[in-house]
Amino acid sequence: MTFAIQTLIDAISVGALYAISALGIGLLFGIMRLVNFAQSEFVTVGVYTLMMLANAWFPLAALAAVVVVVLLALTVERLAFRPVRNADPATLLIASFAVSYFLQNGLVLLFGARPIGFDVLPGLGQAIQVETVRIPLLNIVTIAATSTLLLGVGLFLRLTRTGIEMRAAAVDFRMARLMGVKADRVIAVGFGLAGIMSAVVSILYAAQTGTASPAMGLQLALVGFVATVIGGMGNLPGAVLGGLAVGAISVLLQAVLPPDLRVFREAFVYAAVIAVLLLRPQGLFRSAAERERV
Amino acid sequence: MRAHWSTLVILSLIVLLVAAIGALGNPVVQRVVTDMLIKLVVVLGLSIFIGNSGVLSFGHASFAALGAYGAAWFTMPIVAKKLFLPKLPAFVLATQYGLTAGATIGIVFASTLALIVGIAVVRLSGIAASIATLAWLVIINTILANADSLTKGSSSLVGLPLDVGAGTAAICALIALAVAFFFKYSPIGLMLEASREDEAAALAAGIAVHRLRLVAFVLSGAVVALGGVLQGHFLGMLSVGQFYLEFTFLTLAMLVIGGMRSISGAVMGTLLIATVGELLRVGAGGGTVGGIAIPPMPGMREIALALIMLFVLRARPSGLMGGHELALPSRLASPK
Repeated sequence: MTFAIQTLIDAISVGALYAISALGIGLLFGIMRLVNFAQSEFVTVGVYTLMMLANAWFPLAALAAVVVVVLLALTVERLAFRPVRNADPATLLIASFAVSYFLQNGLVLLFGARPIGFDVLPGLGQAIQVETVRIPLLNIVTIAATSTLLLGVGLFLRLTRTGIEMRAAAVDFRMARLMGVKADRVIAVGFGLAGIMSAVVSILYAAQTGTASPAMGLQLALVGFVATVIGGMGNLPGAVLGGLAVGAISVLLQAVLPPDLRVFREAFVYAAVIAVLLLRPQGLFRSAAERERV
Repeated sequence: MRAHWSTLVILSLIVLLVAAIGALGNPVVQRVVTDMLIKLVVVLGLSIFIGNSGVLSFGHASFAALGAYGAAWFTMPIVAKKLFLPKLPAFVLATQYGLTAGATIGIVFASTLALIVGIAVVRLSGIAASIATLAWLVIINTILANADSLTKGSSSLVGLPLDVGAGTAAICALIALAVAFFFKYSPIGLMLEASREDEAAALAAGIAVHRLRLVAFVLSGAVVALGGVLQGHFLGMLSVGQFYLEFTFLTLAMLVIGGMRSISGAVMGTLLIATVGELLRVGAGGGTVGGIAIPPMPGMREIALALIMLFVLRARPSGLMGGHELALPSRLASPK
């Protein structure tokens, strides 16, 4: 029972990180059909910002990470993606690959390819004991921070005019534009939101791993794509649930697989992804608007 | 669109010209040219599926890896195998074949797996198919990276015979070119192209889109596997990481930057990106310019390459060739 509860808490906290990654990727995919590989570098740049400010007062460092990553996301949108916005998805994808390659190697040039260790909020390493269950403080913070963020983004998307415009754009961009939604603004806000979410992920991820290395964001971005697709494209709650599901599956596999199969965990997770796609090609949580029309 | 023979002739001449530059150049040029021709085999392989069907695949690097390891299990000298991969099945350990036989085994091995995963992939459409191939790539990468007895896991496998030079690579590039060309203008290729432009209309016209995509997927997996075999026997070493996301990214970028809708695009994109990449390697490697020592700058080459790609995409969003083929102006040429 103790083991089950601990695994469950682990699963939720890993799944929550994935869910935020997936939401950022799903948002941009929905609006502009962009599979944004560069999101992994948004996270990585956030981690490096924290690393440089490791000795500063934490709230200041966190704020700096958010500002840097949001500015980065907006700059990337303006310089790299806006000029090719109307090209086909393959071109957009290669552009995002190129941005990711650029940023990742920029970090190599500035900081070297080796991982750099540092501590974000060392206090989070402790755990709370509730009867027999030990809950790492970090997991609690992760779950609290991600649910607050998801709630905030959810309210923003539901209640504000911009948010409603973004949801409309995610469902049908062309139709939304015809109804007066401003493309530039919606996309810029989308990148801004993706930046904020990546920054939060970077803080939690840095606290979890305690290192900064140039390719560290990749795993999160890969899971983000997969989660977006199995959640149902253009369906933002679906992306979040998809992220949670992928996180939960990997933690559960880690717990139940025999030790010599554990190294193959990723293979099992991604095989499950293919299985889900085959059984539900439109995603687990299919949005009504996404049905293919002729 | 009718097959235009001058396209095949022009592209073959370009390949031969590149190979000739390699043959006449110094060893460094020779290596660069060989590497470029191997990349060309891979990109032509990608274009067979991606170009004709319009479905992006992130998974083809896995076929390069499977082909390369499949061939290496049989071409490595028995002594080297016993040393580096002692846990291979006994009959594999006891045999040693030449490059052709080894390559055949590798290609058959990779194509068989391409057939299996292809059956799943072609049932999906658009982005779901692409994500399924990405998932496949991660699966194969995870398995190979942890199957120590087959691949030496995360460390490199060395001791492959160095059988591939510019000549072999050029011959294989010509073969890949011919395969891509004849497939594109075969009835299957043309029907696939119809499905790329409008899947629903193609289905309504009675085209068995899924089955044709599967044919293209397996054929393109086989050609990419050939590229993997060549790379292994050119470098003399294999590592699992060699065939992962960076490989996927670079080869896809070559295809898209050239223009994925034509074979000329695949060729020109490969030559452009490979050439620029090599020139930048020289630049970023450090050295002395005008008596001033420039330190090597790791990462600089990739940064410049990425910027150049972004500029090309910006200037020509549908690729350098924009879907056109190189061809002689001729009254017989049918307008596109």
